Amino acid sequence: MSPRPINTVLITGASIVGGEVADLLIDNGQIVAIGNDLGQNGLAQHGLAKEEVEVVEGKGLVALPGLVDLHTHLREPGREDAETVLTGTRAAALGGFTAVHAMANTDPVADTAGVVEQVWRLGREAGYCDVFPIGAVTVGLKGTQLAELGAMADSAARVRVFSDDGMCVWDAALMRRALEYVKAFGGVVAQHAQEPRLTQGAQMNEGALSGVLGLTGWPSVAEESIIARDILLNAHVGSKLHICHLSTKGSVAIVRAAKERGLDVTAEVTPHHLLLTEDLAASYNPVYKVNPPLRTREDVEAVREGLADGTIDIVATDHAPHPVEDKDCEWSAAAFGMTGLETALSVVQHAMIDTKVMTWAEVADRMSYRPAAIGQVTADHGQPLVVGAPANLTLVDPASQRTVVPGESASLSRNTPFDGMTLPGRVVATFLRGTPTVLDGKLAR
Amino acid sequence: MSPALVPDPAAESVSVPQAAPRTVLDASDISRALTRIAHEILERNRGADPIVLLGIPTRGVGLATRISERIAAVEGQSVPTGSLDVTMYRDDIRMKPARALEHTDIPVGGIDGKVVVLVDDVLFSGRTIRAALDAIGDIGRPKAVQLAVLVDRGHRELPIRADYVGKNLPTSLVERVTVHLTEYDGSDAVVIADKTGVSA
Amino acid sequence: MRHLLSAGDVSRDEANLILDTAEEMRSLADRPIKKLPALRGRTVVNLFFEDSTRTRISFEAAAKRLSADVINFSAKGSSVSKGESLKDTALTLQAMGADGVVCRHGSSGAPHLLANSGWLNGSVINAGDGTHEHPTQALLDAFTMRRHLGSLDGRRITIVGDVLHSRVARSNVLLLSTLGAEVTVVAPPTLLPVDMTAWPCATSYDLDAALPKSDAVMMLRVQRERMNDAFFPSAREYTRRYGLDVHRMAQLPDEAIVLHPGPMNRGMEISAEVADSTRSVIVEQVTNGVAIRMAVLYLLLSGSPDTSTDATTTEETTA
Repeated sequence: MSPRPINTVLITGASIVGGEVADLLIDNGQIVAIGNDLGQNGLAQHGLAKEEVEVVEGKGLVALPGLVDLHTHLREPGREDAETVLTGTRAAALGGFTAVHAMANTDPVADTAGVVEQVWRLGREAGYCDVFPIGAVTVGLKGTQLAELGAMADSAARVRVFSDDGMCVWDAALMRRALEYVKAFGGVVAQHAQEPRLTQGAQMNEGALSGVLGLTGWPSVAEESIIARDILLNAHVGSKLHICHLSTKGSVAIVRAAKERGLDVTAEVTPHHLLLTEDLAASYNPVYKVNPPLRTREDVEAVREGLADGTIDIVATDHAPHPVEDKDCEWSAAAFGMTGLETALSVVQHAMIDTKVMTWAEVADRMSYRPAAIGQVTADHGQPLVVGAPANLTLVDPASQRTVVPGESASLSRNTPFDGMTLPGRVVATFLRGTPTVLDGKLAR
Repeated sequence: MSPALVPDPAAESVSVPQAAPRTVLDASDISRALTRIAHEILERNRGADPIVLLGIPTRGVGLATRISERIAAVEGQSVPTGSLDVTMYRDDIRMKPARALEHTDIPVGGIDGKVVVLVDDVLFSGRTIRAALDAIGDIGRPKAVQLAVLVDRGHRELPIRADYVGKNLPTSLVERVTVHLTEYDGSDAVVIADKTGVSA
Repeated sequence: MRHLLSAGDVSRDEANLILDTAEEMRSLADRPIKKLPALRGRTVVNLFFEDSTRTRISFEAAAKRLSADVINFSAKGSSVSKGESLKDTALTLQAMGADGVVCRHGSSGAPHLLANSGWLNGSVINAGDGTHEHPTQALLDAFTMRRHLGSLDGRRITIVGDVLHSRVARSNVLLLSTLGAEVTVVAPPTLLPVDMTAWPCATSYDLDAALPKSDAVMMLRVQRERMNDAFFPSAREYTRRYGLDVHRMAQLPDEAIVLHPGPMNRGMEISAEVADSTRSVIVEQVTNGVAIRMAVLYLLLSGSPDTSTDATTTEETTA
């Protein structure tokens, strides 16, 4: 007899978003009850027998709405040696994510309805988390001609987020057109802010250390100048602008000032920029090579402050898997990027919660409610844990610790900068519309 | 100074009072020995003409200079005097971390066709002299090579012998012989101590 | 010392040991048999990913004079060809039993990777990595200066040229300050790193002001092509403002010397008359290069693979 699919789950005694402890009853993809001692009374009330119910012990665990990543690289189609939609979404589920937005810099680039539909379908077939493909802004990410944004918006993938991430939409006129054009379907343009003329051949943050190490610098102003320009462009045309992987103190200040003036912009920060600094580059180990680069201590503190006070709206992983040979080489030959889906929540807990700068409720906001809102996937995701909400949630054990072992990752790639680090927190279970994708810290399907 | 070596475990188990370091040659003994050596060199080589003195650093250099001065006093003629570092020719070069080099100074006129008199403070296993012979071979072709030492303490491990000896000192392997010279150590003396004890 | 990757890793004592050892090695050049047995049976590999006949020959001569076996590996790796080149090459060398690897590479940090990756057991000597460092060049420059100026403590050394892209500049600033010299670098602002607060030297945009206060001037090679990236407007303007000609040379103190790591761009950063003048020690730098590299190879490879160099211990010699 084949194993009965799990339809009904009772989570007992979990702390709801770090607050009150309660049981949660999940049935048919929805949260149907929240309360105390549901195991005794609640089941009968909902017409459920004890034998039908999968019980998950939630004592000591924090229940969070399923995390939503607005910035992931799943590499398929084209770089299946680094990651596939299947392996990437497995990693996402293990990280507590129920939805990821897949960036468009695949091969072929996701600049047509055909490619985005392919990625969307692969996500549904894998079934570990919902995949929302991001459409490229320009054809081939070349920055010269708009891609068929409308076609992608109308496709089965219903694309609303557009980004050339990996590349900057550097041409001011083209960026203006893109912002204007997406207004027709309420799209948002997510900019990878990097002025190319200031960052030719750049390898790491420009500063005292880059001069000493002999690595071409990537100055903060190359990020900040594009952000400032695009905020003003967006204000002029009245569209929606999102800033990817914001990394500098100056960028935080610009976004804060813009919001204070009532200008529309949203911004994200990666987990690694919340924790790691450029000093790691002194080892010349390319696992620390990333775009935008790791910055200074001051920048790390500024982005933490920005995330805490909401200037930075969300955490997004920028999960960027690379095959071993692209990192096991000299720095300048290595690819830019770090994996991050499985370690994201732990790093955020380490940097923001354990330091008492943020609460679990605020983390739920930055890693679920707001990214879902920006990505426009709130029908299913990023909803608070209340009765009637879709059962997309994750259970975290904040008290446990684990040492990061790259070889144990569900991702195909091993390029994590947290190799060997002991980080707090462990995702114990993840539920996608009520179906467990992760149970007891392991993949459930 | 030389680091203390690991004591012989057998010696430790017997409670024998350690011998205090004793001086076997004092300043005047050393001076007389060097004077005699200088005369012997001149006698054997029938004068100073063919001679080049090469001291082996560190203390062989000081001794070579003193012998050179004595020869000049006797013959009224100065003898080319220099130094020969053997560090790179040692047969135990691979066994320890790289050693700092000493100074090599081959006098003007070289050594081809000359009688090279090597000068060292203590002759023991003979390995240093073997290294010196190899070093000489890469520098030129002397007519002959002779060896002058202040102290010969026996225990040769190679077929090497000295031509001129200041003092024959039979020793046991647990003893250490140390030569002090004023130009390096502030006073002249040859001292024997047990390796287990404190060296003077 | 197990590897020589950066001039910043060398302490004052270690630097003096290398210079003193080089002094002994230099006298080898006067002997009929220019060979010492110190590295007999050792294999030294010249792993050159960048063209440099001059430096490679210098290392080759140094290794051979110490009786080492020398293998030359020349690979023009493009910046696109990935780690396979470096890693697989290193594994091959290890299989061949290389005791020492002299590595020149276009990427900053490549020798560090060789030393720390576990692909090689031998010693790694950085012969120039990208725009990062060139430690043996700095050593031979310091050696040359010491021979003419005596102790470098308090000596005023001026380095002129494309500091931003110069590995020679970085190594020299580190080593000279370790040896107690006062270093000033002179360049147009575009050719200096944006933040030099950590550098143990002073900076200036004014060559004419620096010259009368210099005991030694080191001119760095400046590529004309840099003007295409707007580092300076034209070769002519660069030479006019930062080139060393006879007129400027006359402003130097009487005993001051002129150095250049080579290859020279005659007419650009240095005029032909200056290069050929009596103040120029440029040819001597090349000779000293072999002696310095002999010293480095000797100190790294001749003894047992202990991490400590027995610099000051005079252990009991079994005479």
